[in-house]
Amino acid sequence: MTGYLRPTSLADAVAARAAHPDWLVLAGGTDLMVNAPHRPVPAGIVDLWGCAELRGIARDGETLRLGAGTTWLDVVQSALVAAHAPILGAAAREIGAPQIQARGTIGGNVATSSPVGDSLPVLLALDATLGLASPRGRRVVPYRDFATGYRTTSLDADELIAAVVVPVPDAATRLSWRKVGTRAAQSISKVMAAAAIHVEDGVIAWARFGLGAVAARPIRAAAAEAAAAGRPADEATARAVADALAGEIRPITDVRSAADYRLEVAQALLVRFVLNAGRS
Amino acid sequence: MSLLVTFGVNGQIASVEVSPWKRLLDVLREDLHLTGTKEGCGEGECGACTVLLDGVPVNSCLVAAGQCDGRAVTTVEGLARGSAAEPLLHAVQRELVARGGAQCGICTPGIAVCAAHLCESGALVGASDPRAKVRELLAGNICRCTGYQLVVDAVIAAALPDGESAEDGAGDGGRGDGGAR
Ligand SMILES: Cc1cc2nc3c(=O)[nH]c(=O)nc-3n(C[C@H](O)[C@H](O)[C@H](O)COP(=O)(O)OP(=O)(O)OC[C@H]3O[C@@H](n4cnc5c(N)ncnc54)[C@H](O)[C@@H]3O)c2cc1C
Ligand code: FES
Ligand code: FES
Repeated sequence: MTGYLRPTSLADAVAARAAHPDWLVLAGGTDLMVNAPHRPVPAGIVDLWGCAELRGIARDGETLRLGAGTTWLDVVQSALVAAHAPILGAAAREIGAPQIQARGTIGGNVATSSPVGDSLPVLLALDATLGLASPRGRRVVPYRDFATGYRTTSLDADELIAAVVVPVPDAATRLSWRKVGTRAAQSISKVMAAAAIHVEDGVIAWARFGLGAVAARPIRAAAAEAAAAGRPADEATARAVADALAGEIRPITDVRSAADYRLEVAQALLVRFVLNAGRS
Repeated sequence: MSLLVTFGVNGQIASVEVSPWKRLLDVLREDLHLTGTKEGCGEGECGACTVLLDGVPVNSCLVAAGQCDGRAVTTVEGLARGSAAEPLLHAVQRELVARGGAQCGICTPGIAVCAAHLCESGALVGASDPRAKVRELLAGNICRCTGYQLVVDAVIAAALPDGESAEDGAGDGGRGDGGAR
């Protein structure tokens, strides 16, 4: 290991990343430091943990802006999140356990881009965007275009995630979230789903469904969304949504769950979300 | 490379020259000889290695030494007051001992640190279901021996001492809170 840098501003962090493309970018370490003694020693570390500019939650016009270094504990404790993006708070509360929530960051979850990253279906349902920074400047990408495959993303080699930006949903948008695992804490999800469903006079104008653990990456369920749009939020629509979902996802069987179970649970979650949207 | 890392440990200043990638857990145990903090899994799952970092419970197996510079760490050794000759255990430590909340003891330092934080943060005061709250806040602390019931009893007794027994009753082992005793 040849160096260790602790940038205190985003500009310094970007410069450090650019100067040392082969170094590890470390935030809370809850992904990177698992079994650390059995991992290769990094060439160097750019440590973002102390970068205050990256941490914090603020209302910015019609959006909530979460710095990439914002921890899950920050999210759990945020009144802004509770008021405007409650499903993000609900997801944060089920990430790991208190010790993990105190260190794990939203930027780390997005960058790791695991198919079981719990915040990711929520970001899909909320149609979040990412603010990315590199020496070439800043760019904004819709989160739905970010995860490209199994733990791969469209983040360039010299880029950092600066912020996650969540549009504040209006009052007619019903939000739902559910993680299904073996226990509430410390469990990797078998399936999780999030929904934003816009209901006017009992009719679904549009729906966004984000799903995790049913594909190589977190996905939007486009066919299920199409089956919901323009239909009343009732049993028949819920069934149509479930049928459409069966046609578009192919979950796998692995140590945590079975393909059939995952499909059935994912369908049941969307059915519940649609019916709840009709009731409220 | 090694880095000079200076941080507060249990109210004293410690300086170590270590790889910034070294785990806080190993710095505590190997460099500072504070072996109260245990390694259970090394994966962030079990909570045996829990310490307070700037007052918040974290898994010391997932914190890099470089990230501790200028910060304050409290380990299980830092919970008791009094002197080495006459230590005055923290209320949660007394209750864990009195109520059989510790068996093999591997999980106990982490549980004691979390529970002490829970007491001091007042998280249980006014909680509608204190037992559920304790279980939620200790969800990251795995115990293979006790079955948790006596641990929860001990934490409740320490965090919500009832009247006079708070003064003199700690350690009597005879008080339950209605749990499975
Ligand atoms: C016991 C345990 C339980 C867990 N439970 C859950 C769970 O229930 N749900 C869940 O979703 N996750 C869980 N995780 C995974 C992990 O806690 C989360 O993914 C967390 O959000 C990672 O954030 P971090 O800051 O710790 O990331 P780090 O480990 O510091 O970094 C992770 C990755 O992100 C990159 N990175 C970090 N910040 C940036 C940035 N600003 N720009 C670019 N790249 C960046 C790093 O280079 C690295 O590749 C768990 C982990 C453990 C150990
Ligand atoms: S040893 Fe750190 S959580 Fe198990
Ligand atoms: S007392 Fe043995 S693991 Fe808890």
